[in-house]
Amino acid sequence: MAIRDRLSGNEATAVAMKQINPDVVAAFPITPSTEIPQYFSTFVADGAVDTEFVAVESEHSAMSACVGAQAAGGRAMTATSANGLALMWEVLYIAASLRLPIVMACVNRTLSGPLNIHNDHSDSMGARDSGWIQLYSENNQEAYDNMLMAHRIAEHPDVMLPIMVCQDGFITSHAVENIELMEDEKVKAFVGEYKPDLHLLRKEAPISVGPLDLPAFCFEHKRQQAEAMRKAKSVILEVAREFARISGRHYGFFEEYRTDDAEVAAVLLNSTAGTAKFAVDRLREQGKKVGLVKLRVFRPFPADEIAAALWKFKAVAVMDKADSFNAAGGPLFTEVASALFVKGAPGPKIVNFIYGIGQRDVKAEDMEFVYNELLNIANTGRVGSVYNYLGVKEEEAVLNGLQS
Amino acid sequence: MSGNSGKKTLKAVPPDVPWRRITRGGIIDSPGNAELFKTGDWRSMKPVWLPEKCTQCLLCYPVCPDTAIPVNEEGKRMDYDYDHCKGCGICAKVCPFDAIDFVEESK
Amino acid sequence: MSHVVEIRWHGRGGQGAKTASLLLADAAFNTGKYIQGFPEYGPERMGAPITAYNRISDERITIHSNIYKPDYVAVVDDTLLTSVDVTAGLKEEGAIIVNTTMSPEEVKPLLKGYRGKVFTIDARKISMETLGKYFPNTPMLGAVVKVSGVMDEKEFLNDMVESFKHKFSKKPEVIEGNVKALERAMQEVKGA
Repeated sequence: MAIRDRLSGNEATAVAMKQINPDVVAAFPITPSTEIPQYFSTFVADGAVDTEFVAVESEHSAMSACVGAQAAGGRAMTATSANGLALMWEVLYIAASLRLPIVMACVNRTLSGPLNIHNDHSDSMGARDSGWIQLYSENNQEAYDNMLMAHRIAEHPDVMLPIMVCQDGFITSHAVENIELMEDEKVKAFVGEYKPDLHLLRKEAPISVGPLDLPAFCFEHKRQQAEAMRKAKSVILEVAREFARISGRHYGFFEEYRTDDAEVAAVLLNSTAGTAKFAVDRLREQGKKVGLVKLRVFRPFPADEIAAALWKFKAVAVMDKADSFNAAGGPLFTEVASALFVKGAPGPKIVNFIYGIGQRDVKAEDMEFVYNELLNIANTGRVGSVYNYLGVKEEEAVLNGLQS
Repeated sequence: MSGNSGKKTLKAVPPDVPWRRITRGGIIDSPGNAELFKTGDWRSMKPVWLPEKCTQCLLCYPVCPDTAIPVNEEGKRMDYDYDHCKGCGICAKVCPFDAIDFVEESK
Repeated sequence: MSHVVEIRWHGRGGQGAKTASLLLADAAFNTGKYIQGFPEYGPERMGAPITAYNRISDERITIHSNIYKPDYVAVVDDTLLTSVDVTAGLKEEGAIIVNTTMSPEEVKPLLKGYRGKVFTIDARKISMETLGKYFPNTPMLGAVVKVSGVMDEKEFLNDMVESFKHKFSKKPEVIEGNVKALERAMQEVKGA
């Protein structure tokens, strides 16, 4: 029987970590993820876990300690946000290229500057090419469930890559909501033990980790790393199927909400999906055929699958809670557009909305505006501006619509 | 394979190894396989051991950045393993007894 | 679509408006509801005005925006009435609940023409008399439950007794005072 509880997203993540009981947690506090190591350190102090908690002096050290611990054959975890993730940068790449399945809770926060402690996705989007698997979570339940599945995905012999479980800072990390927890024993049995084939403390088979890798072989290692990310796709689905059997909760690369007969759809990540569902329900009451595709897995990017899912719509809005500052579109937009182009032409009309930067609140009305714009595009077949900003303060004339 | 005790077979990464067969993340799973990497052809100067002057103080042995100075089971240094001597000259520099000459390779 | 009751809390940093919203979420959760309790973080320090929110429903809540058209507003500190637009977006069929020594009639003129119901509660007096210290949260919680009717009063009180027993297991002497504070708040909240 599932345990009915109410927890914030950070509490849910810390509880998942307690149930996983990793060998090492190395973390440095940064808003809004601070509570995760804070709660976890109380579990350590209370003897609820037998984890070695390393209170490091920076996030660079946190990730370095995780690399060392994981290379030594342990399970290492950490949590961070925004500038903390940025300070981990070079070590993120090292963790991925050394194929160390470290698990991180990334509580999404705007990367400075200007200094903002609130939520958008500029932190994890910046790390999208670091070689980490990235899962995104709509609410506390998904943050918890994704964390429970994380080790199974990362440590799979075909994968052996680090993974970050993202959720929206404050919006879900600090919001208390209902949640269904699993029993400790069930989690323990599901997550299982970590038994790497090669690690530094196996004295009967000593190894060296992280040697110089010159042009003769570096490419081959990178090609292998890329293959691991490709293989992670089937592993993610396999782990999700097994998780569904014990939890009753189903996960895939993305969730399709009321898309069956939809003419238009929005594609987005994390907590705004909940608000979008609310808006979809309201518009459906008005007879408008709108739907939502909530992406859960951004790395590996399910390009073929997402293109196939979006193909039937007349118009699609890809929503980015991070700008690429490339004068061409946000990171999710450019990848979705690329996936659609590769599938062939003509696909749906596609537009991009940069939204919620620095936690500009996203109201149901904002999503309704997006859907109405899409329906307009679907009806006229004309796309005005492709690269748009939703919810930024404008002069009145600009507010009258994208087409003006 | 000079200096190999013969207890284990050292494996080098073959130059044409396809990407599927290379070790994960660059892990070296054959400890000591640096021995297979010969640095002797980098040399333009070479050390020459003069056993008659050598006191077996062994100051030269630990400063060698490679494995060019073999030490036998009685703890005595032997003549150079030139396959692993890149000609850096540190051994000659540290020898207090002028028991190591450092000369041009061609001589 | 299911009916969601939306509540906005106004307080000052350090007074526990966030805690009050979490207490309400807890109480509603314990009576079987779906809940959200979340603060709106700003640059707040001790004394700065802060906002916290609750959504309470019989069905799962998906929306993750702030609350702009609350059914109820709870004001933990009446000095905010003149500095913060506490009735912004408040539904006229809803109500505002203010912790103050003033009467509802005295509060009304301060509310920028708000035409819905106004309730007052002297949470300081109740807290001092039942707990011996100023903890406005417990009486405010009782008043909000009473006025909003988001849950059955009896069920709420029974549940809070259990929750206090658990929460204060190491200082059982405060359980009775807390229960009294709730009961008195539910009796003494006045509306107009």
